[in-house]
Amino acid sequence: MGIAVEGARKRFGDFQALDDVSIDVPDGSLTALLGPSGSGKSTLLRAIAGLEELDSGQVAINGQDATETPAQKREVGFVFQHYAAFKHMTVFGNVAFGLKIRKWDKPQIEARVHELLQLVQLDGLAERYPDQLSGGQRQRMALARALAVEPQVLLLDEPFGALDAKVRKDLRTWLRRLHDEMHVTTIFVTHDQEEAMDVAEQLVVMNAGRVEQSGSADDLYDHPANEFVMSFVGEVNRLGEHFVRPHDMTVSLDRDEGAEEAMVQRIVALGFEIRVEFVLGDGTEVWAQLTRAELQKLELREGQIVYLRPGQVKSFSGDVPPPEGGGASTPRSPDGGEGAEVSAAA
Amino acid sequence: MSTPTTAKWGLRTLAFGYLGLLLLAPVGMIFYKTFEHGLGPPIEAMTSPDAVHAIWLTLLMVAVAVPLNTVFGVGCALLLVRHKWKGNAVLDGIINLPFAISPIVVGLSLFLLYGTTGWFGPTLSEWGIQVLFSTPGMILASVFVSLPFVVRETVPVLQEIGAEQEQAASTLGANAWQAFWRVTLPAIRWGVAYGVVLTTARVLGEFGAVTIVSGSISGETETLPLFVAKAFEQFNEEAAYAGAIVLALLALTTLLLMSVGGRKAKAQGGPIPITGDAAIPTSNQKEGS
Repeated sequence: MGIAVEGARKRFGDFQALDDVSIDVPDGSLTALLGPSGSGKSTLLRAIAGLEELDSGQVAINGQDATETPAQKREVGFVFQHYAAFKHMTVFGNVAFGLKIRKWDKPQIEARVHELLQLVQLDGLAERYPDQLSGGQRQRMALARALAVEPQVLLLDEPFGALDAKVRKDLRTWLRRLHDEMHVTTIFVTHDQEEAMDVAEQLVVMNAGRVEQSGSADDLYDHPANEFVMSFVGEVNRLGEHFVRPHDMTVSLDRDEGAEEAMVQRIVALGFEIRVEFVLGDGTEVWAQLTRAELQKLELREGQIVYLRPGQVKSFSGDVPPPEGGGASTPRSPDGGEGAEVSAAA
Repeated sequence: MSTPTTAKWGLRTLAFGYLGLLLLAPVGMIFYKTFEHGLGPPIEAMTSPDAVHAIWLTLLMVAVAVPLNTVFGVGCALLLVRHKWKGNAVLDGIINLPFAISPIVVGLSLFLLYGTTGWFGPTLSEWGIQVLFSTPGMILASVFVSLPFVVRETVPVLQEIGAEQEQAASTLGANAWQAFWRVTLPAIRWGVAYGVVLTTARVLGEFGAVTIVSGSISGETETLPLFVAKAFEQFNEEAAYAGAIVLALLALTTLLLMSVGGRKAKAQGGPIPITGDAAIPTSNQKEGS
């Protein structure tokens, strides 16, 4: 049940957009496809919707093989980054589109559209045209349009990517609440790790057409399978072969065994959080995340010599992990062994 | 609004002066000449059997060539924009051919193809179909010269709107046909409409190609531009001017219909018509020679 993709491959000219990708999205879950641009996440989403034809591999929706099914018959709700609003139709017309195609009766359509407009808080704007709506309103309209036909799955392609920061935050809270009410299997694509962690129950991290790791936000953050995941999901400092999160850096004014000498280069106050940048003896630049209170206690100033002790460090056996052999891109389990955890020697 | 500077006013004067001298003065003169002695003479000139037949034949050309080129043009534009393929560059080039070739040459080539010694001529006349010096040949010529307009106006609009609306329609359950009628066509309608106006103007005014293939037989194969030219050559100036006025009015009506439609859509809150970067119809003999 849910959505299952097996061994998906897709090539655009010289560019391998999907390279043997398999994912499993549980029924009723809210899953994020997370990755940098060009990682293949949108292509994967479009392949699930039937908007992109795979070179090889299978897509199953709710246990039914949909690989050969055209988009028109897949019963997916798809939301585009730039809304894809039907500009010549009113909000009502947009939301009613799928119902009219399905030849619903007029009173039924009217009832259903108004129910959905209420759900997306656009009641009263039914007679407006998309041009007369804000970006956030347009995207909610697009969502209502996709939901109107009661799709088996809901697919959102960077749905908040074109909106400003404030609207974005509101909408993602709202999307999560909506999902709690509707329980329709949902996948959304994003390049914003904070957004993914905020909204999704499950994350699938993609890079260069492959799945690097999938799991809950905590799994990925605490047990990243490789360097890519560690640096993409959260901030990271590199110390030789080791990786450490900036909030796992302990700053001390006294020389300490196992600590490294560093010079404070810059102190940046970002509200509650303080970002302190250091340069090590060998020229490596690292930074630590401190609280306001910690900073005040240490009385740091630029140019000062301090001692840094990384708390939890991680190292990964291979560099950037190439999947071994053909079918190896199945998501690695968090404790699959690639991510060896090392506690700092005290 | 900021106060226009001298430079702005200078440019405006220049633009209006240029248009006035080159476009408005000649057209104005025709109006003046036509109605110099009141409404009587031009109405009389335009109600002669030859004139009525010429008007009717011109409208027939429009009625056949415009729908044909509209359907072909929209289909071709979809093919060029939505279905990327290597042969598209060739197709694109061929579509522009009527812009590149002089109408006289078009007429001559049709003459060669359908004449008594041409490739198709003998076969067709065996079947009893007369192409040259009759309506089919004139329709062929009209379709040929006005073919690119709808394609050229529709292609940029299709590129502009992108494929996402169509894809959204398909995920909502629409098949290709439904997506075209409900989403694509309404979105490109102003591009298409503009193309239709240009096509109509071109067909109305077509002279060169039609002259050659029609033989310009009064009351039989004479369209309005041919009628005007002949009247002018025979020093029947009243008929020539009146014919020119009718041609101009027909073209104006088409333009007017489109802009009225545009205003209506705007009043409803719909999108504003897009003025394409249109090629101007090359109808050379529109106002008589």
